[in-house]
Amino acid sequence: MKLSHEEVEHIALLARLGSSEEELERFREQLSHILESFEVLQQVDTADVPPTAQSVDLQDVVRADEVSPSLPHSQIMANAPQQEAGCFRVRAVLE
Amino acid sequence: MGEPNLYQLTIHEAHQLLASRQLSSFELTEAVLARIPQVEPQLHAFVTTTHDLARNQAREADERIAGGDMSPLTGIPVVIKDNMCTKGIATTCSSRMLEGFVPPYDAAVIEKLNALGAVLVGKSNMDEFAMGSSTENSAFFITNNPWDISRVPGGSSGGSAVAVAAGETIYALGSDTGGSIRQPAGFCSVVGLKPTYGRVSRYGLVAFASSLDQIGPLTKDVTDCALVMNVISGHDPRDATSVSHPVPDYTRSLIPDLDGIRIGVPQEYFVAGMQPEVEAVMRSAIGKLVELGASVEWGVSLPSTPYALAVYYIIAPSEASANLARYDGVKYGFSAQDAEGMWDAMEKTRQHGFGPEVKRRIMLGTYALSAGYYDAYYLKAQRVRTLIRREFDQAFEQFDALVTPTSPTVPFGIGEKVDDPLQMYLSDVCTLPINIAGIPGLSLPAGFVDGLPVGMQILGRPFSEELLLRIGFAYEQATPWHERRPPL
Amino acid sequence: MSYETVIGLEVHAQLLTKSKMFCRCSADYASAPPNTHVCPVCLGMPGVLPTVNQQAVEYAVMTALALNCTIPESTKFDRKNYPYPDLMKGYQISQYDAPLSRDGWITIEADGARRVGITRVHLEEDTAKLLHRTADGKPYSLVDVNRAGVPLMEIVAEPDLRSPEEARQYLIKMRSILQYLGVSTGNMEEGSFRCDANISIRPQGSADYLSKVEVKNMNSFKAVHRALAYEAERQREVLEGGGRLVQETRGWVEERGVTVSQRSKEYAHDYRYFPEPDLTPLALSRAWVEELRSRLPELPDAKRERFVNDYGLPLFSATLLTGSKAAADYFEACLKDGAAEPKRVKAVFDWIFGDFSRLLNATDTEIDSSKLSPQHLVELLDLVDRGALSGPAAKAVFEEMFHTGGRAADIVARHDLAQISDALQVGEVVDQVIASNGQAVADFKAGKEPALTFLVGQVMRATKGRTNPKVANELLREKLAG
Repeated sequence: MKLSHEEVEHIALLARLGSSEEELERFREQLSHILESFEVLQQVDTADVPPTAQSVDLQDVVRADEVSPSLPHSQIMANAPQQEAGCFRVRAVLE
Repeated sequence: MGEPNLYQLTIHEAHQLLASRQLSSFELTEAVLARIPQVEPQLHAFVTTTHDLARNQAREADERIAGGDMSPLTGIPVVIKDNMCTKGIATTCSSRMLEGFVPPYDAAVIEKLNALGAVLVGKSNMDEFAMGSSTENSAFFITNNPWDISRVPGGSSGGSAVAVAAGETIYALGSDTGGSIRQPAGFCSVVGLKPTYGRVSRYGLVAFASSLDQIGPLTKDVTDCALVMNVISGHDPRDATSVSHPVPDYTRSLIPDLDGIRIGVPQEYFVAGMQPEVEAVMRSAIGKLVELGASVEWGVSLPSTPYALAVYYIIAPSEASANLARYDGVKYGFSAQDAEGMWDAMEKTRQHGFGPEVKRRIMLGTYALSAGYYDAYYLKAQRVRTLIRREFDQAFEQFDALVTPTSPTVPFGIGEKVDDPLQMYLSDVCTLPINIAGIPGLSLPAGFVDGLPVGMQILGRPFSEELLLRIGFAYEQATPWHERRPPL
Repeated sequence: MSYETVIGLEVHAQLLTKSKMFCRCSADYASAPPNTHVCPVCLGMPGVLPTVNQQAVEYAVMTALALNCTIPESTKFDRKNYPYPDLMKGYQISQYDAPLSRDGWITIEADGARRVGITRVHLEEDTAKLLHRTADGKPYSLVDVNRAGVPLMEIVAEPDLRSPEEARQYLIKMRSILQYLGVSTGNMEEGSFRCDANISIRPQGSADYLSKVEVKNMNSFKAVHRALAYEAERQREVLEGGGRLVQETRGWVEERGVTVSQRSKEYAHDYRYFPEPDLTPLALSRAWVEELRSRLPELPDAKRERFVNDYGLPLFSATLLTGSKAAADYFEACLKDGAAEPKRVKAVFDWIFGDFSRLLNATDTEIDSSKLSPQHLVELLDLVDRGALSGPAAKAVFEEMFHTGGRAADIVARHDLAQISDALQVGEVVDQVIASNGQAVADFKAGKEPALTFLVGQVMRATKGRTNPKVANELLREKLAG
């Protein structure tokens, strides 16, 4: 599986990973190489095999609808890179 | 052999001395804190040391002990891998992205340790976000193997394994997603256990691959491993995948014989790429298990094993690509400031906050889940995962445990594999299938090749930790490997 | 050429649980200062894990049952990946290929009752609120996380609606069902009930779908109606002008009354759904589902039918009344002592949709939080029935009762509003009116019947509306005949 430059660029966009052209090219080579090694999976007959998404066979784990105190506002904001008026501040979301 | 230095004590030895008032937690803690600067310049196991906290906790522990309120971990120094949240103490995952991040809450395991009066001496170095097999992927510095500082300690819990091996702590906690406790335990000649998935709460463990991650102990011997498991195991309502299976007293299973134990040796774990000397160590270790009364059958087959690497490197990065999406520079952590607009800020934050291996895995996982590729990669991997689990289930109908090497080689040289991700991934080939199946795996010292450690891995059915510890204990009692200390 | 409009609606309703969907922060954040209903879990801190709020599951299943959906044997949660600053984890926990229900329907009133298909009902979590600001001419945004993690139910309908009015009817019906179930406030202005629409037009008789346009940012029923009417017309004009329609997302701009294309060239759509590994699947046992079904309250359609049958209300009145559960409950509370004679039923209905409705609107009050209780209204009606209060006086008393919460008898006594029916007392006033309205008296005597109405009015005026008009009428006839 050889990835194209455009594919790698698209994946980087989906993942919101800013990347230089150099990085993209390195990703392209390395990911192509890794994906090639995954081709062994196509040898496995999984026609009637259900997927396993989890390591435990639990189900119905729910909790009661009860309220606990939230964290103090100062602790919620303590790690904020930028804040204003009690909120996290970000660059303009609307274009 | 003369009196061991205090920092070399095991938990159970230190506990005896504390209980009989021959030693105070403060003295023990000071011994460990004094050891750290002696060896740390060569090893770099710590991201953060917490001297002041440790001394305070040691004093409190001494008061508790004086008041008769004591458990086996009370007053004993511990090191925590830097991906478990510690309230008020930086938790970095060895990433620029979380440099300076101070969690406002404790992980479930930290709450449990604190409740018993444990003494935290520091947070250990790791591969960034637990992605790696050598601790070379730390964004801060490389950690060196105490048995040969030109070699890697394994990873991703390399700092924890090194701290235990070098006497910079009495024990440590690590996390294991594809071998991250067992492989460094093997490379550093300490005991490491990845519990059954669901045995230990993941609440507060910074997620790498949610369906594979599990916290476990790194200790100097099997008895210590059992003592730590007694504390960290158990159901947690905050972790929906945590299992409410009763927690036994794991020390009660520690009996020094293996009569009637049926052990299988899967052939797929002894194949291409394996170092012949490692195989020789394993043969002799398995011979010892027979001497101890176990029946051993060679040539057991788990035919899907060769696919485990691909399955793992699809599932883990897929889950990671979502788990690491929260690092966007808005709420906490690194935030790129030289940006125009929100998208640019987010992309630059992630470009400069994450290291190359983390980015590679995010890219890989994003690809495996993306439109048009989901079925061929993610879904296919989940189906093969079912086959891998089934094969283990079938093997455990015949055998109580399986024994394999922890790694196909002894510790490799620093820098040897960093430029070839696929070669690096192969170093986890013996440990990955265990996480895929969710079963427990114990690694313990099995010998040395030219002074470099070799680990033996013991596998069992879900919640068979007692049996794994029994086998490990019997082997340990019959061999000298756990008593060897690195030449520092 | 004539075109047919094809509309499908997607409703998001916040559920009225105490705690959030996946953590135990209070979900009642409406009046809370920013970022005070937040914990590590809903902030998406490193290391946290979600836990499922059982009440939210129950509410969603109840809703699905009320919408005639099929409930599968099991359901699961999935991660929907889309990085955005209002999404704390960079993914939303939602449901993808195993939603907790599918294939239902509701009826709407549009040229008679008509079914609208419900594709699915599923659970997810709400996002944080972004507040847009400007400083020195430069825009930026603030993030308030209180809303993040509030349980959100998504209800997707089939493209069965054919006009903006049908869309409005659908939303009114959907909101009233949720209110009847008690699972959501259904308040659109406050954002606890939201609606996105897919709209396309096609030549009448065609079964094809042309390019679908998704319309967002509609914050009231009226806005939905206006936006869809605008959008259908815009699409018709594009086609008739020889243009081509493109599949796109457009935002409704309330102030300008137009939809505007929301081109986000940077945004790549690929949600990369995969099963949420932090949560277990949920088995929806038949016994539990049946138990929930048995606990469903009476729903709008059933209540309307009962109102027609039990109270003899015309269908139109019953529809109006049962459109709001609070109004329907108020109505029934006024009639609960069995005194449901047609005259009283009509009086209660008329009060609710007359002065009461006017005052509620004017003061922006909900009927169930009004100071004027059903019991108080009944007392007022009893006074009127006994002839102790005239119609106009009753209106004045009602208004005071509405504002003060006082009781009718007290207000009547305090303001001396009791109706004058005493023949002697009324007779005095009648004599004065006859004396000072010579022309009208002459007209009446000349056979002009309407002149009497004028004279009765004068009596009423002279007594500030307190005179019993029947008595005044009788006395006037008597005296003018004599």
